[in-house]
Amino acid sequence: MSTTETGKRSAARDDDSAVRDDNELGAAGSQLSTAPREDAPNLPSLGVIGWARWFWRQLTSMRVALILLFLLSLGAIPGSLIPQSGTDEMKVEQFAQDHPTLTPIYEKLGLFHVYSSVWFSAIYILLFVSLIGCIVPRTWQFVGQLRGRPPGAPRRLTRLPAYTTWRTEAEPEQVREAALTLLKKRRFRAHLAGDAVAAEKGYLREVGNLAFHIALIVMLIAFAWGQLFKSEGNKLIIEGDGFANTLTQYDDFKSGNLFSSDDLNPFSFTLKDFKGTYARTGPNRGTPRIYEAAVTYSEGADGAEKKRTIEVNEPLKIDGSNVYLVSHGYAPVVTVRNGKGDVVFSQAVPMLPLDANVTSSGAIKVLDGYTNAKGEKEQLGFNAFFVPTFAGAGQGQMLSQFPAPDFPVLALSAYHGDLGVNSGLPQSVYQLDTKNMKEFKDSKGELFKQRLLPGETMKLPNGAGSITFEKDIKEWAGFQVTQQPGSGWALAGALAAIFGLAGSLFIQRRRVWVRATAGPDGVTVVEMAGLGRSESAKVPEELGDLAAILYETAPGAPDPDAEPETDAKASEAEPEPDAKVSEAEADPTPDPQAVPAEGAEQ
Amino acid sequence: MTLAAATNENLANLSNTLIYSAMAVYTLAFFAYIAEWTFGSRSKVSRTAAALTGDAKGAKKDTKKAGAPEVTVKKAGGTAVLERPKVVTRAAAGARDVPDGPGAHGGDEQGDLYGRIAVSLTVLAFLIEFGGVLARALSVQRAPWGNMYEFNITFSTVAVGVYLSLLALKKNIRWLGLPLVTSVLLDLGLAVTVLYTASDQLVPALHSYWLYIHVSTAIFCGAVFYVGAVGTILYLFKDSYENKLAGGGTPGRFATSVLERLPSSASLDKFSYRVNAAVFPLWTFTIIAGAIWAGDAWGRYWGWDPKETWSFITWVAYACYLHARATAGWKGRKAAYIALAAFACWLFNYYGVNIFVSGKHSYADVG
Ligand code: HEM
Repeated sequence: MSTTETGKRSAARDDDSAVRDDNELGAAGSQLSTAPREDAPNLPSLGVIGWARWFWRQLTSMRVALILLFLLSLGAIPGSLIPQSGTDEMKVEQFAQDHPTLTPIYEKLGLFHVYSSVWFSAIYILLFVSLIGCIVPRTWQFVGQLRGRPPGAPRRLTRLPAYTTWRTEAEPEQVREAALTLLKKRRFRAHLAGDAVAAEKGYLREVGNLAFHIALIVMLIAFAWGQLFKSEGNKLIIEGDGFANTLTQYDDFKSGNLFSSDDLNPFSFTLKDFKGTYARTGPNRGTPRIYEAAVTYSEGADGAEKKRTIEVNEPLKIDGSNVYLVSHGYAPVVTVRNGKGDVVFSQAVPMLPLDANVTSSGAIKVLDGYTNAKGEKEQLGFNAFFVPTFAGAGQGQMLSQFPAPDFPVLALSAYHGDLGVNSGLPQSVYQLDTKNMKEFKDSKGELFKQRLLPGETMKLPNGAGSITFEKDIKEWAGFQVTQQPGSGWALAGALAAIFGLAGSLFIQRRRVWVRATAGPDGVTVVEMAGLGRSESAKVPEELGDLAAILYETAPGAPDPDAEPETDAKASEAEPEPDAKVSEAEADPTPDPQAVPAEGAEQ
Repeated sequence: MTLAAATNENLANLSNTLIYSAMAVYTLAFFAYIAEWTFGSRSKVSRTAAALTGDAKGAKKDTKKAGAPEVTVKKAGGTAVLERPKVVTRAAAGARDVPDGPGAHGGDEQGDLYGRIAVSLTVLAFLIEFGGVLARALSVQRAPWGNMYEFNITFSTVAVGVYLSLLALKKNIRWLGLPLVTSVLLDLGLAVTVLYTASDQLVPALHSYWLYIHVSTAIFCGAVFYVGAVGTILYLFKDSYENKLAGGGTPGRFATSVLERLPSSASLDKFSYRVNAAVFPLWTFTIIAGAIWAGDAWGRYWGWDPKETWSFITWVAYACYLHARATAGWKGRKAAYIALAAFACWLFNYYGVNIFVSGKHSYADVG
C-alpha cells in the first residue's frame, strides 16, 4: 500500500478508525484483513473505460455489497406476504378474484413469483457478481500476504492497543532470539526485522472468510444446477401394486429445462402395506400418529429385492432419487357382475380424499366385458363416495367422522352407456364423464343410488347386473419421486459455509512485535505490543502471557530511577534508549499511558 | 382412560403449576431488580462526563484496571519484582475512552444486596420454569416444541439460562437482569393466556431427529439474539448519552442515573457484537438443518415457504449487520440499527409468521 493512497483514503473517510490506525501505525496496521479498500467516490473524467472501472470498483466495494444484501432481504419480503404461484396456485387465483385492480399491477411486477422475478434475480445476480469480484482479488491479496512476511514494528509501539515494557540485563540480541523462538513455538509466523521481532497469527480467519464466501457461490451454482436438471413425478399405488421408474408410469411429471428422460434412475418398488393410526382423543383428534408405507424395492433394472418402510420424514433414497410418501387414501374393492351373474370387473378402485377425515370420491368404470340384459355390449359407470367412518344413517351427508376405517360406507350412483374414454380427450380416472351416459333409474324415476356396507351388494334395476362392495378394503399411498442433482454440492457448500463462518468469526488475526534495544545506560529495554482486528480482550491477555514467558528469559533489572509513572515530565526525564537504535526517541511526547512495568505497582 | 394417560395429564397439570409458580418468582425477582436500580441511584456516579471532558486522569486509571488482565505481584527477596510485566491497553484510535459503569447497584451496598437477591430469585425461577418445561416434555413424551405455547416457555427458559451462564462465567452483565426478566414475564404471560395449548403428541411431519436439532438450535439462537438485541438498545441509549456529554450537553437526571451505571457504549457495542457474531454460525446451521428436514418431510429442500423466507431474511439481515461492522461509515449506530432490524425479523418470523401468515409451518397452532 502506497503512502499516497493512504493519504487519499484517510482524507475521504476520516470517520474510519481503521484508516486512522493505518495512518498512525503505517504498514504495521495494514492488511490485517483482505477487505476491499474504501475508495472515495471521486467521479472519473476518464471516458468509457474510466467509467467502467469506476462502476466495477463500486460494485465490488463493501458499501455496495452491503446495500445489495440489504435489498436482497427487503426483496424477499413481498414473496412471503403475497401468495406465490409456485407454492399455492389456488391462493393466487383467490387473490386475483378479491383484488381485481391490484392483480394486473402485481402481475407486471412479478409479485406472484417473486423469487424468479426479473428484479429479484437482478439483485442476487449483482450480489454474486460483486461477490466474485470481491473474492478473486482478495484471494490474490491473501496469497501475497502468505508469501510475504508480517510487517515490521511501527516506530512507536506505545500507540498500539496492548503494550508492555521492562528493562533487563539480558543482551538485546538474546532477547530478540528468545522472542523469535517463543513466537514460533506459539505458531506465530515470526521474523526478525531490524531491532524488533514481527509476528502474526490467525491467518485461518481469512481462510475461513474466503471459504465462506466461496461456499456461497458453490451453493448458488448447485441450486441453479438442481433447478435445471431436476425432475419430480407423482404416483398413486394401491397395496400390492408396483412401480418402475419410467416416464410412462407417472400420474404426473414435471422437470427442469435441461432434464431428459434418460436421466431417470432405474429402480422399482412395490407397496406391500400402508399403515395409518390416528389420534383418538385430544385437541389433535384425527391427526396421524403412525403413517408409513412398507415397500419392497430393487435398485437398477433387476437388482435384489429389499424391504423398507417409507415414512413422512424418511424417504426412500435410491441412487440420487428420493421417494416420498405424500398422501394416502382408500381403494374399496368392488366386483361387478352382469345380468347372468358373470364377474365382469373386480378391482380395487382408488378414491381421492376430499378432507382430513378422508371423505373420498372416485369413479368406477367398467370399460369392456359387460353386456346388458338385452345382450348388447355397453359400458358401466358408477359415481362413488367413500367414507371410512360413517356418521350413521339419518346423520345427513356422506362426511367422514374419522380417518380410520371404523365404519366404512360406500355410496354409489349408477350409469350405463358410453364412458367416452376413446374420444381421444384425456380423462381423469377419478371422475365420470356422463355426457354420453344414461342414468339407471329407481322406482321413482330418480337416479339409482345406494349406500353399501362392506359385503353388501347393489342390484341394478331390471336385471342389469349387480355391484358388490367387498369386505376387503385396500389402502393406497401417493408417492412423489424426485431427483435433484447438485443437492450433494449444496450440502457440501452449506457445511463449508458454516465452518468458514466459524473460522472467520471466532479466530482473531493479530500481530505481536517485540523490540529489544540497548538503553544509554547499557541496560536493555524490551517493548512488546499487540494489535488485533478489533479490540479484543484476548490480545492483551495473550500479550501478557507472552511477556510473562519472555520475562523469565530476560528478567527485569532494577530501575535506577524513582517513579517513572507520574506524568509527562517524569517520562521526559526518563533515560531514553540510544537515538540511533530506537525510533521511540523520535517521539517527543511519549504516551502517558505507556507505563513501564516495574514500580508500576508499589 | 388408561393409567398412562392419567399420568400424562397429571404431569401436564404439574407443568402448568410450575410455570405459574415460575412467573410468581420472576415477579419477585423483577421487584428485587427494581430495588437494586432504585437504591443504586442514591450513590453519585458521573465518571463518563469526567472521562469525556478533559479531566480524564481519574477515569483513565479505572479503564486500565478494567481493561488490563490481572497482574500477579509477588515479592521476591524483599525487592518488589513483578512476576510478569503489566500490559497497558488503549482504546483504538478515534474511540472514546469511557470507563464502564459499576452496574445497577451503582456501588451502593444495599443496592448490591438487592441485586444479589434478584439474581438468586432469577435462579430459583429458572429452576422452577425448567421443571415446568421438563414436566411438559414428559407429559407429551417428546421435546416440548410442538406448538407456540411450548416454544414460548422453552424460549424464555433458554434466554434466562444464557443470562445465568454468562453471569456464572463472571461476565459483567447483571445490568441485563431487569430488561430480561421483564420480557420473560411478558413472554410467559402471552404463553399462558393467548398461546396456551393443551398438551398433545406430535403429527408425524414433526417426528424427526432433525426436529430436535433444528428447533432446539432455533430456540437457542433466538434467546441469544434477544440478549444481543437488549445490549444493542442499551448501546444506543448510552451512545447518545455519551455524545450529548461530549457535545457539552446535560442529559436528564433519570437518564444520567440509569446510564451512568451501565457499561460504556464501546463495551455494550462489543458485547452485542460478540453475542450476535457468536450465534450467527449456529443460525446458519439452523437454517440448513431446517432445509434438510424439509427435504425429508416435504420432498424439497427449499420452497420459499413464509417461515423459510423469514429465516432467510433474518439471516441476510444479520449478515448485513456483520458486514456493516466491516464497512467504513457503517460502524456504530448504523450497524446497531441493522442489528435491531434483524432481530425484528427474527421476532416476526417467530410470532408474525405463525399468527398472520399461513404456510406449511402453521402446525405451530395457536389457541
Ligand atoms: C452473498 C452475499 C454475502 C453474504 C451472505 C456475506 C456474508 C458475510 C458475513 C456473514 C461476514 C461476516 C464474517 C466476518 O465478520 O468475518 C462477511 C464478511 C465479509 N464479507 Fe461478505 N457476504 C456477502 C457478500 C460479500 C461481497 C459481495 C463482498 C465484497 C465486497 C464481501 C466481502 C466481505 C468481507 C471483506 C468480509 C470480511 C469483513 C471482515 O474482515 O471483517 N461479502 N460476509
